[in-house]
Amino acid sequence: MPLLSVRNVTKRYGGLVANDSVSFDVDEGMLFAIIGPNGAGKTTLFNTISGAVRPTSGDILFDGNSIAGLPQADIAGRGLIRTYQLVQLFKELTVTENVMVGAHRMTKGSVGAALFRPGWVRRQEQELLRETATILDFVGLSARAEVLADQLPYGEQRLLEVARALAASPRLLLLDEPAAGLNTGETEALAHMIQKVNGRGITVILIEHDMGLVMQIAQRIAVIDFGRKIAEGTADEIRAHPDVIAAYLGTETADA
Amino acid sequence: MTLPAITYTKPVRLPWLAIGLSLVGAAIVLFTFSASGYVVTVVGFAAIYAIFVTGLNLFMGYTGQASFGQNAFAALGGYGTAILCTDYNMEPALALLLTMAFSGLVALVVGYPTLRLRGHYLAMATFALGLITYEISIEWASLTQGYMGYSGIPPLRLWRFEAVTEKQQLAVILVLLVLGVFAAYRLRHSRFGRALRAIAGSEAAASALGVNVARYKLLSFMIAAMYGSAAGSLFAHFVGFISPEVFGTSMVVSSFTMLYLGGIGTVAGPLIGAVIVSLLPELLRGLKEWQDVVYILVLLTILIYAPKGIAGFLDRLFRKQEG
Repeated sequence: MPLLSVRNVTKRYGGLVANDSVSFDVDEGMLFAIIGPNGAGKTTLFNTISGAVRPTSGDILFDGNSIAGLPQADIAGRGLIRTYQLVQLFKELTVTENVMVGAHRMTKGSVGAALFRPGWVRRQEQELLRETATILDFVGLSARAEVLADQLPYGEQRLLEVARALAASPRLLLLDEPAAGLNTGETEALAHMIQKVNGRGITVILIEHDMGLVMQIAQRIAVIDFGRKIAEGTADEIRAHPDVIAAYLGTETADA
Repeated sequence: MTLPAITYTKPVRLPWLAIGLSLVGAAIVLFTFSASGYVVTVVGFAAIYAIFVTGLNLFMGYTGQASFGQNAFAALGGYGTAILCTDYNMEPALALLLTMAFSGLVALVVGYPTLRLRGHYLAMATFALGLITYEISIEWASLTQGYMGYSGIPPLRLWRFEAVTEKQQLAVILVLLVLGVFAAYRLRHSRFGRALRAIAGSEAAASALGVNVARYKLLSFMIAAMYGSAAGSLFAHFVGFISPEVFGTSMVVSSFTMLYLGGIGTVAGPLIGAVIVSLLPELLRGLKEWQDVVYILVLLTILIYAPKGIAGFLDRLFRKQEG
């Protein structure tokens, strides 16, 4: 059984069809990528999968259960965690605090726990601080632990967003253009990190513009153009696929 | 097998800022208790406002939402206390808790539909809440005594200890203020508080991490309402008289000034703001007709040079020094 199964998902905005009957399966442990030209409907697909918007039709199964139309927080609670194309950090929080919020679904306690701080809450906070330190070490932000998030340079903000998502112990991690705005060296480091994350058994779906990055690390790739899936396969298969070449480079007739 | 030893060590440094502020606070309190009745009244109002703004800060500062109608909850607390303690001879402490619970309940009912609104729309909806409460306090004269106001409200009493004099009342208010600020501090530094501040940062990201945004906003609104209600109750006891004007729109303006001047989103900000906004006009009284002009100039200067309020300014100052 695949971990994620997207079945004939269509998303319409008025007359605009952002996703047109898209289907694909992602097996547990896979590093999957979705590519496509600008405006192809990749982010809409992520928004639909993660519950930010409802699909117009079709179904989405996560771990065998339908999650289409559930509130986003519920979907996140099941371990399907996403990041955003435009960095969405909690700017007034420190790097450490950002990661601690990431662990929200893994921790307990509301107003009463905050006010009375019983033993289990104090232990949980200690444990959380340790895990946070481990995660920051993993992404290489240990030295920045006490800095406010909006004081980080852009590349590190990207890393922090991944760190925060990791704190949520995702079963499936959706990364929306994580390399957007990064330079070559930073992209290289990010690619390495995504592979390390995947190596820990976390299933990853990646939306990416940077073809180099995708071809280098993705085990399987789906190509979307004008809201439709036009191809799916390994990097080599995708490279040779005529529709993909047409979508990216344009066909003779389209240019004429 | 050995695990890589990753230990989290927080940089240990003395909280000079907190110590300094506590000393200033202690000095004000000591001076007040040795001073005349008028100073006691002014500091008492400052302390009551500090409680009110601490609650407002939870909703506006931590959670990043706008409420222009917190005065409604102060009115609920004030009138509730006046009615329960005067007409029903209820124990003030019990009336305080009951009116807080009732205000929390009203916040739940009002907040459930309105907190879906954002930004200006939420501001307008909450502003309407304040106006409606104001109208009710005027029109429902059989309950509130309308424009006449409610007088003869007994002083505070904590079971055996009856705070007869103004200074004794102030002592009780200060104890409650310390409790309120301590609670706000603990709320801020917790899973709950981090979730609130995450919502202020990015609702989309918070909910993508499993934070139930609507629920947390509602809880924050309810807690703020309870603080507002407590402030209203304390005011009723402290002055012994309330009228609709006491909880009018001017309360919203004052509390906003305190919040932004003191430092929104910080624990100490509401305290600093309440003290300055309450005491400054009194300190400037000697300037006679120039009083308002100088007052406004001081406020503007602070806001220009400390856009994140005095607490934010001090925090930056101390961070820099400690490198």
